[in-house]
Amino acid sequence: METAAPNYFLIIGGVLFVMLNVAAALIWVERRMLALWQDRYGPNRAGPFGLLIVAADSIKLFFKQDWVPPFADKPVFVLAPAIVVISVLLSFVVIPFAPGIIVADLNIGLLFFLAMSSMGAYSIILGGWSSNNKYSLLGAMRGAAQMISYEVFMGLALMGVVLMAGSFNLREIVEAQRGLWFFIPQILGFIIFFIAGIAETHRLPFDIPEAESELIAGFHSEYSGMKFGMFFIGEYMGITLISCMLVTLYFGGWLGPDFLPPIVWFIIKVVAFLMIFILLRASMPRPRYDQLMEYGWKILLPLTLVNLMVTAAVLLWLES
Amino acid sequence: MENNSNTLLQLQARFGEDTFTQQTTRDEMLTLWLPMDKTIDVLTFLKKEVPEPFKLLFDLTAIDERTKNRGTNHIPKSTFTLVYHLFSFTRNEFIRLKVALQGDFPTAPSISSLWANANWYEREVYDMFGIRFSGHPHLSRILMPRTWVGHPLRKEHPARATEMGPFQLYDDKVDLEQAALKFNPEEWGLKRQSDDSDFMFLNIGPQHPGTHGVLRIILQLDGEDIVDAIPDIGFHHRGAEKMGERQSWHTYIPYTDRVDYLGGVMNNLAYLQGVEKLAGIEVPERVKYIRVMLCELFRIASHLVWYGTFAQDIGQLSPVFYMFTDREKIFDIIEGICGGRMHPNWFRIGGVAQDLPIGWENLVQSFIDYFPKRLKEYDAMVMKNSIFKARTVGIGIFTAEEAIEWGVTGPNLRACGMDWDFRKKRPYSGYELFDFEVPVASNGDCYDRAIVRVAEMRQSLRIVEQCLKNMPDGPFKSDHPLTTPPIKKNTMHDIETLITHFLGVSWGPVIPAGEAMSCIEATKGANGYYLTSDGNTSPYRVRIRTPSFPHMQMLPYISKGYTVADLLSILGAMDYVLADIDR
Repeated sequence: METAAPNYFLIIGGVLFVMLNVAAALIWVERRMLALWQDRYGPNRAGPFGLLIVAADSIKLFFKQDWVPPFADKPVFVLAPAIVVISVLLSFVVIPFAPGIIVADLNIGLLFFLAMSSMGAYSIILGGWSSNNKYSLLGAMRGAAQMISYEVFMGLALMGVVLMAGSFNLREIVEAQRGLWFFIPQILGFIIFFIAGIAETHRLPFDIPEAESELIAGFHSEYSGMKFGMFFIGEYMGITLISCMLVTLYFGGWLGPDFLPPIVWFIIKVVAFLMIFILLRASMPRPRYDQLMEYGWKILLPLTLVNLMVTAAVLLWLES
Repeated sequence: MENNSNTLLQLQARFGEDTFTQQTTRDEMLTLWLPMDKTIDVLTFLKKEVPEPFKLLFDLTAIDERTKNRGTNHIPKSTFTLVYHLFSFTRNEFIRLKVALQGDFPTAPSISSLWANANWYEREVYDMFGIRFSGHPHLSRILMPRTWVGHPLRKEHPARATEMGPFQLYDDKVDLEQAALKFNPEEWGLKRQSDDSDFMFLNIGPQHPGTHGVLRIILQLDGEDIVDAIPDIGFHHRGAEKMGERQSWHTYIPYTDRVDYLGGVMNNLAYLQGVEKLAGIEVPERVKYIRVMLCELFRIASHLVWYGTFAQDIGQLSPVFYMFTDREKIFDIIEGICGGRMHPNWFRIGGVAQDLPIGWENLVQSFIDYFPKRLKEYDAMVMKNSIFKARTVGIGIFTAEEAIEWGVTGPNLRACGMDWDFRKKRPYSGYELFDFEVPVASNGDCYDRAIVRVAEMRQSLRIVEQCLKNMPDGPFKSDHPLTTPPIKKNTMHDIETLITHFLGVSWGPVIPAGEAMSCIEATKGANGYYLTSDGNTSPYRVRIRTPSFPHMQMLPYISKGYTVADLLSILGAMDYVLADIDR
C-alpha cells in the first residue's frame, strides 16, 4: 500500500462521497435516459431538469416507516440490505481512478474484487429467505443460482487479462494497456465479463431474481423505506462498479490522450458504460431462468475456457 | 339465413318427431326445446355422431322465466330454461337447444364430461340462478363471492344497491370474507405433496402486475414447475347482465362499452345487432361503413395494448410506451369522431349517434400513412428479438381440436391453423364488402398467437383504408320507428311521429317480443349477445357471451408442466381483459 499519507483520508472520503452520490444521481440519469429512449419526458418537475427528484426520492425513503414484517426473521432481514452496500463499497477500494487516486493498491486487487462481488449473493439469499414470502424465496433461489454460476466465468474471463498483464494488481493492469487496450486482444473475455457483470448486478435482461412482472420485485418484495433504499442504491453502485471494472480491465482505465486529465478520461469511459447498461434495460426482454443458466453453462463457460487457453498459448508462443 | 332443415331432419330421424318442439326466433336460428332426460343424448349425438358435427359449445346459459310475459307462444312452460348454443364449423351453422326446468331450485344433468368448457358455464349458471347440475365435478360459485347470499340473475334478487340496505363491513364480516378467500387445496382435489416433494401453493393476484387486472390464480408448484393452476375469477364482476334487465334497450348501450373495455364500440355493435334483429331494422350503407371503420380502429387499438403489455410481461420495458403512443393517435381519431376515447358509446339502435365530422378523412388518412412504418419497427424490436422468441416459441401449445373443445375463438383459434373468422364466414355489418385476409398461423404456441394479432392489425388497417376510400353518402340513421333516438325531421308537422319520438326518448323504444343472438368477431374472439324481449322497454334477459371467459378456463390445461415465467407468456399471449371474463 503505497499511498501518500496526507491524501489517504481525503481519498477514502472522496471515493465514498462520490460513489454514494453517483448512485443517487444515477436514479435521475436512468429515469431521464429511459424516458428519452421511450419517447416520454421522465421526471422534469422538481428543480432544473427534474434534478431534485433525487433529493425527493431520498427524503421519501428516509422518512418512510422502518417496517419489518412480523413474519420475517428480524436480524437477518435487517442485515441483508447492509451486506450489498458494504460489499460493493469495499470493492471500490481497489479501483484505480487515476494515478495516485486509489484507496488501496492491493497486489491481489482483482481477487479482492471477485471476493467482494461474491458476497453480494448473500444479500439476495438472506433477504429473500428472511422475508418469509414465497415470491421472495423464489427470487432468492433464482438469484443465488444465477450469481454463483455467473461468478464462475466472470472469474475465468478475467484470467485472460491477468495473463496478459502478468499481475492481479489493477494499477499494473492499467499500466500494461499503454500500448494496446485489452479489449482488442481480449474481445471474447470482454464480452463474457460484460454479460457476467450484468448478471452479477441482476439488471435487465438478467433481472430474473426481481422479475417484476412475475415475482413482483422478488427477493426484496417485503422491503420498504431505507432498507429497500439500500438494495436500490446497491444496484446502482453495482453497475457503477462493473462499469469501472470494465474500463480498468479492458479500456485502459485512466489512459487517454493528454489534452484531458486522466481522471476525466476515466469518468468519460465509465459514463459510456453506464449508458449502455441503461440502454440495455430499455431494449431487452428477459430470458427465462433455466434459459439463462443453460446459456451460462453451455455457451459462456466453454467460450471462457477457450479464451483462456488461446490467450495462454499465444503468450507462450510469443515468449518462445 | 340458416339452412336448418337438414339438422332438424337428422335430429328427428334419430330421436323421433315428437321429441322436439321448434320455436321460431327473430334470428332465424334453429331453436328446439327438448325434454330434460334427453339432454345428454341429444348433445352427444350433435357433438359426436351427426355428420358435420357441432363441435363447439358456444354458450350455455339459463333464463328465469317466472315473470316473463309469455304471450301466445306455443312453447313448453318452465320456471327456468337452460339454453345451449352449439356451433358447427363445417356447416357454418348455430343451433339453439332449450331445456325446460320446473320448480324453484331445479337440477339438470351436467354436460361437463361432454365439453371441457361446460364446467365453468355450469358453475356460472349455478352461481347466477341456483340451478344445480348433477354429475358436475366442482359445482361452486364462480363469479360471486362465496359468502354471497342468493343468486343474482333470479328475478327476485334485487338489482340495485338501494334495495339491499346499506353495506357495512364489520370485523366479523372481514374475518368471514378473509376466511372464504383462503385457499384449501383438498377442496379442489389437489395434493399437498407428491412422492418425492412438497408442493408450494403460490397465490398470484388478485393484485399482481402480471395478471392485467383483478385476476387470482393459485399455482401448485413443484420447484418452479406448474403442477396445476386454479384461476379464481369474479373480482371484476359488475353484473352487466343483470343491469340489462333494468335499463332500457337504449340506455344499456354504454354498459356494453365496458365489457371488453379495450374493444370500445365493438361491444356496441354486438349488442345492437341483436337489438336490430329483434326490431327488424336494416341499417343504411353509410352506417355499416362507419361502424366497421370504428370497430377496426378499435381492433388495432386493442391489439396495440396487447402487443405492448405482452412484451412487458416478457420483460421488455420500452415497446409498451411506443404502442400506447400509437394507440393515442387512434384515440385522437375516435375522439374527433365520437368525442369519447375508450368508451365512446357511439352506436345507436338503427344507426350511429351523429354523422362523421368534417375533416375526419384527414385524421384517418394521416394514421394510415403513419402506422405501417411503426409496425415494421415493432417487428424488428419485438417479433424478431431472439429472447422474445425463446420465451414464446413452443410455449403454451394447444391444437385446433383442443381449442374447439375448450371454446377458444378469435386469434387464439387462428393461431392453431384454423382459418375461422366470423367477419369472413358469417359476414355482418357489411364485412362482405371489404377486401381483407384472415391471418392464420400453424403451431398454436404463444409466438404464433402474436404473429396472428400483428398480421391482423395490418388487415384492419386495410379495412379502414377501404372505408375511407368508399365511404358512401346517405343517412347515418335508419328510417325506422324504433331507431333511437328517432329521426326528427317530421316531428313538428305530424302528431304520430311526435308521439313516437316522445315515447322512444322518454320511455325508450319498445322492442317486439322475441329472441335473437348476434355473434361478432370481437378483438379477442367471438362475442355474442343473446337477447330476449317480452315486448317491453327493457330486455327480459341479456346474455353476454364473451371470448375471454372460455380462454381463461383453458389456462390450467395449457400451463401444466411449464414454469412460472412461462405462465406470464401464456397469460400475455391469451389477450384477455378481466371485464370480458367477469362481465
